[in-house]
Amino acid sequence: MTALDPSTTPGSSAPGGLVKSVVELDRVVIRLAGDSGDGMQLTGNRFTSETASFGNDLSTLPNFPAEIRAPTGTLPGVSSFQLHFADHDIMTPGDAPDVLVAMNPAALRANLADLPGGGLVIADSDEFTPRNLAKVGYATNPLEDGSLDGWQVVAVPLTSMTLEALKDSGLGKKEAERSKNMFTLGLLSWMYHRPTEGTVRFLERQFRRKPEIAAANIAAFRAGYNYGETTEAFAVSYEIKPAPMAPGRYRNISGNQALALGLVAAGQRSGLPVFLGAYPITPASDILHELSRHKSFGVRTFQAEDEIAGIGAALGASFGGALGITTTSGPGVSLKSETIGLAVMTELPLVIVDVQRGGPSTGLPTKTEQSDLLQAMFGRNGEAPLPVIAPRSPGDCFDAALEASRIALKYRTPVMLLSDGYLANGAEPWAIPAADELPDLRVDFATEPNGAAADGTPEFLPYLRDPETLSRPWAIPGTAGMQHRIGGLEKADKSGNISYDPANHDLMTRLRQAKVDGIAADIPPTDVDDPDGDARVAVIGWGSTYGPIGAAVRRIRRSGRKVAQIHLRHISPFPADLGDVLRRYDRVVCPEMNLGQLSLLLRAKYLVDVQSHTQVRGLPFRAAELAAVVQDVIDSTPGGQK
Amino acid sequence: MTTSPHVHELGMPGSPIDARIQQAIADSVATQGEKQTALKAKDMKTDQEVRWCPGCGDYVILNAVQSFLPSLGIAREDMVIVSGIGCSSRFPYYMNTYGMHSIHGRAPAIATGLAASRPDLSVWVVTGDGDALSIGGNHLIHALRRNVNMTILLFNNRIYGLTKGQYSPTSEVGKVTKSTPMGSLDHPFNPVSLAIGADATFVGRAMDSDRKGLTEVLRQAAEHEGTALVEIYQNCNIFNDGAFDLLKDSSTGPMWTIPLVHGQPLVFGPDGASCVVRDESGGLRIAETNQVDAGEIVVHDATREDPSYAFALSRLSSQDLRYTPMGVFRSVRKPTYDRMMADQLADARTEGAGDLDTLLAGSDTWTVSA
Ligand SMILES: Cc1ncc(C[n+]2csc(CCOP(=O)(O)OP(=O)(O)O)c2C)c(N)n1
Ligand code: SF4
Ligand SMILES: [Mg+2]
Repeated sequence: MTALDPSTTPGSSAPGGLVKSVVELDRVVIRLAGDSGDGMQLTGNRFTSETASFGNDLSTLPNFPAEIRAPTGTLPGVSSFQLHFADHDIMTPGDAPDVLVAMNPAALRANLADLPGGGLVIADSDEFTPRNLAKVGYATNPLEDGSLDGWQVVAVPLTSMTLEALKDSGLGKKEAERSKNMFTLGLLSWMYHRPTEGTVRFLERQFRRKPEIAAANIAAFRAGYNYGETTEAFAVSYEIKPAPMAPGRYRNISGNQALALGLVAAGQRSGLPVFLGAYPITPASDILHELSRHKSFGVRTFQAEDEIAGIGAALGASFGGALGITTTSGPGVSLKSETIGLAVMTELPLVIVDVQRGGPSTGLPTKTEQSDLLQAMFGRNGEAPLPVIAPRSPGDCFDAALEASRIALKYRTPVMLLSDGYLANGAEPWAIPAADELPDLRVDFATEPNGAAADGTPEFLPYLRDPETLSRPWAIPGTAGMQHRIGGLEKADKSGNISYDPANHDLMTRLRQAKVDGIAADIPPTDVDDPDGDARVAVIGWGSTYGPIGAAVRRIRRSGRKVAQIHLRHISPFPADLGDVLRRYDRVVCPEMNLGQLSLLLRAKYLVDVQSHTQVRGLPFRAAELAAVVQDVIDSTPGGQK
Repeated sequence: MTTSPHVHELGMPGSPIDARIQQAIADSVATQGEKQTALKAKDMKTDQEVRWCPGCGDYVILNAVQSFLPSLGIAREDMVIVSGIGCSSRFPYYMNTYGMHSIHGRAPAIATGLAASRPDLSVWVVTGDGDALSIGGNHLIHALRRNVNMTILLFNNRIYGLTKGQYSPTSEVGKVTKSTPMGSLDHPFNPVSLAIGADATFVGRAMDSDRKGLTEVLRQAAEHEGTALVEIYQNCNIFNDGAFDLLKDSSTGPMWTIPLVHGQPLVFGPDGASCVVRDESGGLRIAETNQVDAGEIVVHDATREDPSYAFALSRLSSQDLRYTPMGVFRSVRKPTYDRMMADQLADARTEGAGDLDTLLAGSDTWTVSA
């Protein structure tokens, strides 16, 4: 998509008398692509920070290979970072880039198909050598052979200009070359009028111990900026005004960061020590990394020998009175299943974070998918219900983590928090909440007997439930007079002793289900966005499809059609009014990055003819494609287009 | 009962992060009185009917443990027994402490989380040879190398009892069971060798029927700071009866048992006829006492830092149990995981506890004004 309503402002004069014009845009999508070793993720993150501090709304989509360093210059080694920023509120990282920065031929080859005709390509001409071209099957140089005629191409010798800028830095050629990403960042910063102080400060901080490297990177960054200002290659720069945002203090935040902070906040707001048991796995490891840095908040992190030990240790800590947490991705959830069942049976609080990735098996480790929903719901032996919660955006991971912790603590249950790779690595501006306005998550430990034996002596009954929440008392080891034994064998109602009684098992199975079902009374009603309340068609989603569905819905409304957006944060239990809400619409469309898992649940539970629209490409939906699908449904619904 | 002076001091959950835990404990004491530490064996029993087969070795171990624990001077409320799955893993139900009967093989992992976050507790794991060494092998070796403060009692009956008699990872080669009608093919683990190989800081072995020997090993294990592993030979009279008779029988036992007493020469057998000496290749071997100089006889030292000595001791026995050392193989001091974790948390707070508002804001913020 190219810019909407470009309006050229009078030219400004650059040094050397060069007249440059400034074009105002309302939004831009830039994709930076290069070799895994080129530092594209870092460059993207820096550009994002500059953009955030400038005040644009933004959304990012990093996309990197599973291999740490695939062979240099090859297609599998291409890493990219897409950033969408705008002067208004946006919901996705953009369907397609307006600008593609290609650091080598592989990056061009891997990404060109996504760049609409007329889009801008900025390529590092130094890297388009016969050898590099041959590596990715270019017989001739696309920068010269006319094959890019349908696009605007600016070929810039980024590498040699970086070397030139650093010739007095004392760095060797190899080392100096590494700064070409900063040269590129400087150029882009000029093109889009980004503030530069943040990046300079960042580089100083990052390379505190290697001042010569810091100086080289800063020099390359400035050289790139100056090059933009003085070169004739770029006659235009672009201005994207800050987006109107609610007053307040903001920061940029990724999903994994927000989720980790949410868990720290849950510890603080419950007054309980946090214990994380985890085993590294993409794309969840960053939560372990982040939490490991917050020991001053009483957060204990335990890198276990495997996922089973990770969740086991977390459950052991919960038994001892901690907020037990385990973080993983789909393959790890498979390993944790048996312990999740134990947590269901022992009715202890536990938060299980699944940052979903492409599956099955090892699948697509660095790509996104929503295909663990049914695993989260049912992936255990026996009737083992648990609450399932999903965040909708990177920043929302914070609130979702607090909500998962709230439910786990209040109802003494394992809770599944389903994030995904797109949310985990994507970032957006986040209004920083005030700590003391966050929900109060305090719960009480049991400290006194709650029953009496036949002879009248006071007795502790670990499975005597709270009549309202059906949760059982949480008595932690060390508490006087409350010794008791729990475990995976079926428990007798109230006493918690082992019981093989048929009627008791039936009762306990139903009680565990009723406890989870009852949470529906303790969560907000269904989130429905239907501005006039008279749409005939609704689109329902969960998790990270919120952004693409929201963007699609806006497009549809701009076309004059009516459509409702329903978004679920709570998938188990569903909000109490969900059945009624769904039945209000003639047609319900459910887009998912799986083969229709939420649809299956909705159809089974509410007997509503939900229409599933699915895609499993490892990437988020494109808003335009979704809009077209939903538009077709609206247009074929009698009275759909009013 | 008196408090044993040897028992190490359990860490208190001193840090303010555990304030709510401390408060709950204080509240319970306020309403129910101080936790009792002067206890008798009967105080350790629960009202649950013990359901092992009559004659099972688990009964004698239970009795020994119930009699021994009060001598530690630790309140029942401060003890937690975590078990896996198997006949032996029913143990927690019969102990009037806190307990969790968990899932197959995972008890060391669960206990690790509990012990690491609650250094004020005395944490025990009860496991079987299948539980600890088959399905839970990974957790066992990692618990041992980490050295979290807990005591693991491994009931080795060399069979899967609960699933009715399949061979286990400690069964001798050629074991005929329901799943191996022509004899088992795989070579067994020696749990003590395995534990020493995993760098365990405390490893001992005892016999179910030897109340005195078992109690002594348990006492040393309980005193040990860090992960202690005690292998307890346990008779399963239903599926593997007599597995340890060679060592139990008064006519053969003394011949094949090497008692390990710290500081004492390794002399054993009727009239001390056999002894342990160094062999030429650097390991240990059995010799006839009257064939060697007294100075050649190895004096047992469980505190040796280098595990190769304890390992060599563990290799003296064959899989048919001849020359089986009994007692404490190894007992060395190393920092415990839970204490180091607590220290890191304390270090991180030297400049004060974390401030949530500061954390949430991070380092790069901007303000949108009204
Ligand atoms: C995941 C899982 N797999 C298998 C079992 C079945 N199972 C229960 S106990 C056991 C073996 C127990 O052997 P051991 O640990 O030696 O204990 P024992 O009964 O001999 O005391 C097995 C295979 C189970 N409960 N869970
Ligand atoms: S089967 Fe064996 S180990 Fe299990 S209770 Fe019976 S005798 Fe004991
Ligand atoms: Mg066994």
